[in-house]
Amino acid sequence: MKVNKKHVGIQLLPRSLSVKSLHLIKLSYTVSLSVIVVCFCFATSLAAREITVKPGTKINTLHKALQLAQNGDVIKVTASTYYVEDLLVDKSVSLIGIDNPVLDGQNKSNVLIITAPKVTIQGFVIRNSGFSNIKDKAGIRVEKGDTVNIINNRLENTCFGIYLAKVTRGTISGNIIRGINTAIQSGNGIHLWYSHHINILNNNISGQRDGIYFEFATYCTISRNLSENNHRYGLHFMFSNNDTYTFNTFRKNGSGVAVMYTKHITMTNNTFEQNWGSSSYGLLLKDISKSVISNNTFSKNTSGIYMEGTNNVKAEHNNFLNNGLAVRMLANCEKDTFLLNNFMGNTFDFTTNGSENLNYLKGNYWDKYSGYDLNRDKKGDLPYRPVCLYSQIIEKLPSAVFLLRSFMAELLDKAEKALPSMAYVNLYDNEPSMHIIQP
Amino acid sequence: MNKIIKYVLHDIFRNRILLAYVVLLSLSSFGLFMMNEDVSKGLSSLLTVLLIVVPLVSILFTTIYFFNSYEFIELLVAQPLKRSNILLGVYAGVGISLLAAFWIGIGLPVIIFDGTIVGWYFLLSGSLLTMVFVSLAFLASVLTRDKTQGIGIAMLLWFYFTLVFDGILLMVMFAFSDYPLEKLTIFLSCLNPVDLARIMVLLKMDISALMGYTGAVFNQFFGSSFGIIFAMSVMLVWVAFPISIALRIFKRKNL
Repeated sequence: MKVNKKHVGIQLLPRSLSVKSLHLIKLSYTVSLSVIVVCFCFATSLAAREITVKPGTKINTLHKALQLAQNGDVIKVTASTYYVEDLLVDKSVSLIGIDNPVLDGQNKSNVLIITAPKVTIQGFVIRNSGFSNIKDKAGIRVEKGDTVNIINNRLENTCFGIYLAKVTRGTISGNIIRGINTAIQSGNGIHLWYSHHINILNNNISGQRDGIYFEFATYCTISRNLSENNHRYGLHFMFSNNDTYTFNTFRKNGSGVAVMYTKHITMTNNTFEQNWGSSSYGLLLKDISKSVISNNTFSKNTSGIYMEGTNNVKAEHNNFLNNGLAVRMLANCEKDTFLLNNFMGNTFDFTTNGSENLNYLKGNYWDKYSGYDLNRDKKGDLPYRPVCLYSQIIEKLPSAVFLLRSFMAELLDKAEKALPSMAYVNLYDNEPSMHIIQP
Repeated sequence: MNKIIKYVLHDIFRNRILLAYVVLLSLSSFGLFMMNEDVSKGLSSLLTVLLIVVPLVSILFTTIYFFNSYEFIELLVAQPLKRSNILLGVYAGVGISLLAAFWIGIGLPVIIFDGTIVGWYFLLSGSLLTMVFVSLAFLASVLTRDKTQGIGIAMLLWFYFTLVFDGILLMVMFAFSDYPLEKLTIFLSCLNPVDLARIMVLLKMDISALMGYTGAVFNQFFGSSFGIIFAMSVMLVWVAFPISIALRIFKRKNL
């Protein structure tokens, strides 16, 4: 009887056993062993292995960690500065930064490129992406991903901050994006292209070209973000239907917020403020339809809302405070309604460039309204005409702005109010509210 | 001359009209500042007072005072005094008292509530405007011997500078609207101290952004330090020019 020395256990078997039975035992032993090994492998992959990247250890770069990793792994990155360039995340892993590790792109190209689904990037400081006029280089670039979470990162001096192309489902939250470049050299803070179902929450963006840019991005939610001091727009929408943005603040951006060529947009509870400049506005609407603007505050903008070619836009319960010009509505707007808004302290409440009007105003509060309410129904008995004569004169003769606030300009306005005839615009609020409207 | 100034000041401070002016100004400025929650809003409402009430009171008060103290001036002329010293003394006295009224009535509230650079520009252009209209009042007064006529001329001057000039300007703008008028309007604004004062204040207020492209031209000119110095020197010319003509007339005048 020849016994395999490797199988030590077999030597202990009683000699009375036959060779055949011995062979059987040997077989079952190897099978069970291999099953255990396979099971172990499965178990580890299900429990998500954890890989730690730390300088001075065997795994000292993210690249090595990503090579070792399998789908579902968690890669923890300890605090240090890692120099990376176009680091490709092509596995479904979570990259978690411990104590804000820095990923430095050394001004070369993209810093991170994500191509796999189910990727989480959390707690990093990402800085110094490259700049190019031909390629859009970004701090975090996601291509054709699905379920991407980009959480609590800080992006500094990146051309584009977070760039999503053809991404389905994702969350971008709690990121701080700081651009330090000139208007020509900077890209957008958060850039979405052909993406849908993305939530953008609690981000803080400044110094970029556009704070948040949407092109063909649908069914997205933008909420509680602060976008300020960007070179162009705080938020820029193009061809992006069915999006919602709420509770955001857009402040001191180059020319405010622009929403263009889009329908079914819900804009509620946002604040648009201090967008001053000769071609600046709180909110620019161009070719927008079937959208809702409610409970927003527009304060201290050159123009609160600038509307061009809009239709079926409903503006309700907004506050227009201390704007140079609360609403500028061009004559190609139709079927828009302004209900229950407050207009206070604006130099001009409404201006337009035509005499025909196809829009509807009702129940707004106008601080310039000087009518009375004899039947005490809290609605003024005389209609309010928000387009004043002098704004019409400026419309025809821009250099007449020179006489703004002069005695003569005020006298002309008073005369027109008493006898409306000279600059008749068919735009009036038939039931102006006598009191400030509380939401 | 100092003695004349002292006498005029003493005479004016006993005057109840000046007190009423101070009360009117401070009431309107405190009222406007307290009514508007936003300070800059209060300042822009106060701009109307600055551009209409201040010139009107300055020119009327000075003219009436001049004619009321005509006998006193005649008495002074009989003394061995230079006529220019007499007129300048009275001018300085009236000017100082009206400036004091302006600074108490509007200056104090503006400094208390606003205190920004806009506020200081506001007060500076208000002071210059006061002096310009005192100057114009002296011109109106020496042109005639009749009090009613003098007041009439003063009223006409005020009316011209606050309203008629702007009306003519608007007509000119309409007539030549096909041409670029920005530079022309800058030049034309120099012909009216009220417009100059208004622009100096407006461009310092946020409202400048509202002015669009045309406004950008004004902003570029009057917003630069050269433009501000230019505007101020033109205002100073507006102070000096009428009083120097008045002096020339007064020297030769047969009282």
